[in-house]
Amino acid sequence: MVIRIIRSFAKRIFSAILRRKGKIKLGFYGPPNVGKTSLANRICQDWLGEDLGEVSRIPHETRKVQFKEKVLIEKNGKKIEFTLIDTPGIATKVDFENFMKFGMKKKEAQRRAKEATQGIIEAIKWLDDMDAVIVVLDATTNPYSQVNITIIGNLVARKIPVLIVGNKIDLKRANIKKIEAAFPEYDVVGISAKTGKNMDEFYESLFKLVKKAK
Amino acid sequence: MVRKIKSKKRTSSSTKDLTIHFMPYSEIAHDNTIEKIKKILGIVLQNKIIILQGRLKPEEETKLIENTMTLIGNIKGFQGIEIATLSNDSEHRGLFENIRRNIARILVGERDVITIIGPASIVKEIKKNPKKIELMLRRR
Repeated sequence: MVIRIIRSFAKRIFSAILRRKGKIKLGFYGPPNVGKTSLANRICQDWLGEDLGEVSRIPHETRKVQFKEKVLIEKNGKKIEFTLIDTPGIATKVDFENFMKFGMKKKEAQRRAKEATQGIIEAIKWLDDMDAVIVVLDATTNPYSQVNITIIGNLVARKIPVLIVGNKIDLKRANIKKIEAAFPEYDVVGISAKTGKNMDEFYESLFKLVKKAK
Repeated sequence: MVRKIKSKKRTSSSTKDLTIHFMPYSEIAHDNTIEKIKKILGIVLQNKIIILQGRLKPEEETKLIENTMTLIGNIKGFQGIEIATLSNDSEHRGLFENIRRNIARILVGERDVITIIGPASIVKEIKKNPKKIELMLRRR
């Protein structure tokens, strides 16, 4: 109990210091395999020339929260410094046998599943520490999943500004209108983190989001 | 012929195994978050599908996910849960109707909403669109 209070106090101080320096802690949340790390990598490549994390077609590749500090983004003459916080995909189930379908051995798959469950818990714990959040969804899948609703509901309850990004618009099956219909009260931007399509509009929306965070 | 009979038998036994637990809102209305989650996971771990009258708060849903993740790997065969909520939130209503519904929610909770929660080992997927939920069950 005491440790939890001290930890929470330390996090609050850390947040306050970062905010005073004009840095925005920008979280990337969403279900697994929607392209959170791909988007964070795209931003890092655009402004730093380096990646933030590894990506894979196997779900739950990101199993620990990962950061990139001092990401200075410039738009229309304005500069904002971000700390990008890429989180593991949130899911309600993790079955190691799914990883075996990608050719993994049983032990390796079980280890990955264990790390994935711990990553999900860690991602949820970090919700309190964000100044603004990008919720990344796969524009080719049904947006009405309960995980999406839960993530957004939690951000609203914590008064954290949200921007919804529909990724993978380079694919034919992508349907941004469906995401807009599912979340009519939020800004939705369709992008392709893989090809860089529509990133200008994304940065425009990101700067609008930051205004709400200040 | 023998095969056909066997497959018929299997179908009837898996039908027997499927239990749906209807949980009226009153059953959890006065519980705190931990008690609600304990109750829900207790039923899910018995391989039952819960139809809950009402919904959990977003913070309660994340707590449910956290607890679910802790159980995966510690309880044999438990892979997690499937959850979906069906409500009329997307419908356009007049101002008076909205006020009426908000007052009703404060007084008696969200009783015009249903939440389905089931073990992922039984519920393969819950397909949802704003007005309907389809439960895809695993063949056992």
